Amino acid sequence: MKKLLEVKNLRVSFHSYSGEVEAVRGVSFHVNEGESVAIVGESGCGKSVTARTVMGLTQCPPGEIKEGSEIIFDGRDITKFSEKEWQRYRGGDCAIIFQDALAALNPTLTVGHQIEEKLKLHGIKDKKEAYSETVRLLTAVGIPNPEKRYKAYPHEFSGGMRQRIMIAIAIACNPGLLIADEPTTALDVTIQADIIDLIKELVKEHNTAVIMITHDLGVVADMAERIIVMYAGKVVEEGSSEDIFYKTKHPYTRALLNSVPRLDLDEEKELEFIEGAPPDMTDPPKGCAFAGRCPYCMEICTKEEPPCYEFNEGHTAHCWKYHEYAEGLFGEVEE
Amino acid sequence: MKSFVFKRTVQMIFVLFLVSVFSFGIIHFSPGDPLAMYKQPGMHKMTVEQEEALKEELGLNGTVTDQYIGWAKKTLNGDLGTSISNRLPVKDQIFERIPATAGLMAASLVISIVCAVPLGLIAGMYNNKWQDNLISTFTYFGISIPAFWFGIVLIILFSLKLNILPSGGMRTIGVDSTWDLIKHGILPALVLSVNNTAVFVRYIRANTITQMKEEYVMTAKSKGASGTGILFYHVLKNCMLPVITLVGSRFGMFITGSFVVESVFSWPGIGQLGMSAVNNRDYPMIMGITMLSCIALLLGNFLADILYGFADPRIKQGKE
Amino acid sequence: MARLISEINKAALNRELFRRITREKVNQDIGPERTTWQNLKAVFLSNKAALCCLIILVIIIIASLCAPLSPYDPDEMDLVNKMAAPSAEHILGTDEMGRDELTRVLYGGRVSLLVGVLSMLVSVIVGVFLGTVSGYCGGKTDVILMRIVDMFQSVPSLLLIIVIYSIVPPTMTTLVFMLAMFSWPSVARIVRAQTLTVKERDYVLAAKTLGVSHHIIIIKHIIPNMTSQIIVAASLAIANAILDESTLSFLGYGVQLPKSSWGSMLQGAQQWMLYDPLLALVPGIFILLTVLCFNIIGDALQQALDPKLN
Repeated sequence: MKKLLEVKNLRVSFHSYSGEVEAVRGVSFHVNEGESVAIVGESGCGKSVTARTVMGLTQCPPGEIKEGSEIIFDGRDITKFSEKEWQRYRGGDCAIIFQDALAALNPTLTVGHQIEEKLKLHGIKDKKEAYSETVRLLTAVGIPNPEKRYKAYPHEFSGGMRQRIMIAIAIACNPGLLIADEPTTALDVTIQADIIDLIKELVKEHNTAVIMITHDLGVVADMAERIIVMYAGKVVEEGSSEDIFYKTKHPYTRALLNSVPRLDLDEEKELEFIEGAPPDMTDPPKGCAFAGRCPYCMEICTKEEPPCYEFNEGHTAHCWKYHEYAEGLFGEVEE
Repeated sequence: MKSFVFKRTVQMIFVLFLVSVFSFGIIHFSPGDPLAMYKQPGMHKMTVEQEEALKEELGLNGTVTDQYIGWAKKTLNGDLGTSISNRLPVKDQIFERIPATAGLMAASLVISIVCAVPLGLIAGMYNNKWQDNLISTFTYFGISIPAFWFGIVLIILFSLKLNILPSGGMRTIGVDSTWDLIKHGILPALVLSVNNTAVFVRYIRANTITQMKEEYVMTAKSKGASGTGILFYHVLKNCMLPVITLVGSRFGMFITGSFVVESVFSWPGIGQLGMSAVNNRDYPMIMGITMLSCIALLLGNFLADILYGFADPRIKQGKE
Repeated sequence: MARLISEINKAALNRELFRRITREKVNQDIGPERTTWQNLKAVFLSNKAALCCLIILVIIIIASLCAPLSPYDPDEMDLVNKMAAPSAEHILGTDEMGRDELTRVLYGGRVSLLVGVLSMLVSVIVGVFLGTVSGYCGGKTDVILMRIVDMFQSVPSLLLIIVIYSIVPPTMTTLVFMLAMFSWPSVARIVRAQTLTVKERDYVLAAKTLGVSHHIIIIKHIIPNMTSQIIVAASLAIANAILDESTLSFLGYGVQLPKSSWGSMLQGAQQWMLYDPLLALVPGIFILLTVLCFNIIGDALQQALDPKLN
């Protein structure tokens, strides 16, 4: 399969009053054509920054994409794009869905105009054609009465409908990669599944690759083919969704899974939470960032960067627990 | 929308009522005889009957409450009474002066907006860059400079040193051309606009900065829109909407500002009339001008709010 | 089973390091909240323009305070030397009565600054009191107070002051109160908004549940937590008071002779501007500088408080 996007050693920092915040600290991953990948982690782990950087939306300054970072899309390094190339790439090759559709839509423009704007920016100059394409998109995302709703303003829609309009904007012009940044977090639980289904259906139709950013493992369980788990600006575990859910390797992933409410577990088992708080990213700790909250913490974890282990094809984790010296220390490693 | 208009109208009438009671009370409880200027030595001594008649004519009879009711009745009928100083109808004198003041205010409003919109947008777009620093420095001077002193400086520079513009008045005697009027008007209009321009620029700048940080700008960027495209298609309208309200709320500054400016440039408008009325204790005139200014100010605010309601789709639908 | 795929620094490893440790729960060190004074210091150290303005202000204030040290009497006329150009003897020349201009400007500064500071104090005291009451009590009190604030802000203030002045004798005291009367509403608005946020904070709620009386909560918990906002409002209030005072004095309704402020000096100088423009320029420059400095400092503080603006 062809790699559509490859991120290599991405490091992004933000300069603030309190110093340099190292939001992303050397993240590498790839997305194949038509593949659905999820990036999972707590808030502040750098997943959104990663996604927005791929989209070219990181404001610099205060942001800074560090020397040595590479983002290769379809063979071209987008970090070296000119402004013109960026404009063609954004929306044309890559689109994004934000969490809060109410904030992400311009309150004083009709939704029709906001969809059309993108069509016009990417080649559809003819007014009639743009209009009919907009109506088609509105229909495709399941807005009833599209001709009438074309003229409506964002505040006249419900939360779920607004998110559908965001999706319509995103899939307009058939981008190769769709980034969904917590697309369901702001929605009612009952609507979340509808939106996920809609995204699934649309990307399948056009063979669009998806990066799904979320903190909710439940959301990605049946959508993502591969899952990337991030913590404190780094990838800690990566693998197929089966690997992640059933052959969990990294203590953080385990903790994350245990904190998801599940119906199939014993009622007596209490929902776990992860003790402590993520580290301060203005001064990230030496060694493994999760060490302070990790039940398997060893002295080495606080001193040296954990190495990367591969368990089977494509399933990797960064943890000292799998080093030969640590063997036998924790009893049998659970499978 | 209807209930909004109704509520605001009631509110305005209430404020006007309070202001009128307040000013009326202050004026009438003050020590000193309003007829003092008729009793100056050298003037014909009035008999008691004559004085009574004069008081009757000027509405100075009875208790303060009676006087107020009398004044209010007449005012509601469109009669603002007779000026004490020259015994001519107050209404006519005020109406005669309105064009001069209104013209000055309109000119400076136009100047303020025409200058402030681009400057504010540029400063906001180039936040903290040299363009912004330059514009912001000017706005600091604009809000800090005493208008009357700025007027004096301009007079010294353009009238006394360069001798290219007249130092005061509205027309050269014997000349009746528009160009002459403009020449007289430039400096006063400029002085009246400087403070407002600065306030508008600061406001639009701050607004642009907040709007540029809104997520919808991010969405527009993610669609592939260019910086200028975002500014004109998305941000401009959202920035300009609150400016409508701001202009309305600055109406008071235009009115008091015109008092000062008219006094510096001897511009024959309401302000000058008001100043001489205060100096002569011309109560009906003071009341007339105070009420007129309040009405203008309140109407300005009110119209701005209505206009805002029409311009912003969120409010339009919410209110209906 | 697990295959190492990244490089590893073997030299740094030994079995010793692979022993389990329970890490002490490291309390995230958020650091003590900075006090108002530390905040102020940080603002002035990081903002060059604000620091410059502070220095200029201090110079103007000290110079005004030291005005009596001048060898000249501000009221002593010397008609032989009237409207003299600047010289070594008279640094800024003399005015139309031969009085030393620099001395008069410094004495004028005492009046202008005093009026500005006093009316700021009055409006801050009234504004903070009514603002906190309005925000803290809420309900009817809040509605009524805010309507009053609306009303004061929706009348042409300068005009009303002039109207009142046609009756009330213009003295320093009345001037201070007149200026304060129309500037407290904006302070009250800021304070009320701040009270609304502060009163929902945990420590205020805690104090409430402990049965601490309302006025102690307001004095001990609410007001100290908005000192910065009050300082900003105060700084802008002084700027406006000085500006309005000068305008009123210029129109002849402010400070009365024999005292003179910068504004009333300009009133006198206006008729001489043809012969001696300097007389009309100097006091204005002082007004401009002072007001400018207060405005810039106020803005710098506000920006530091609200990073969103920048």
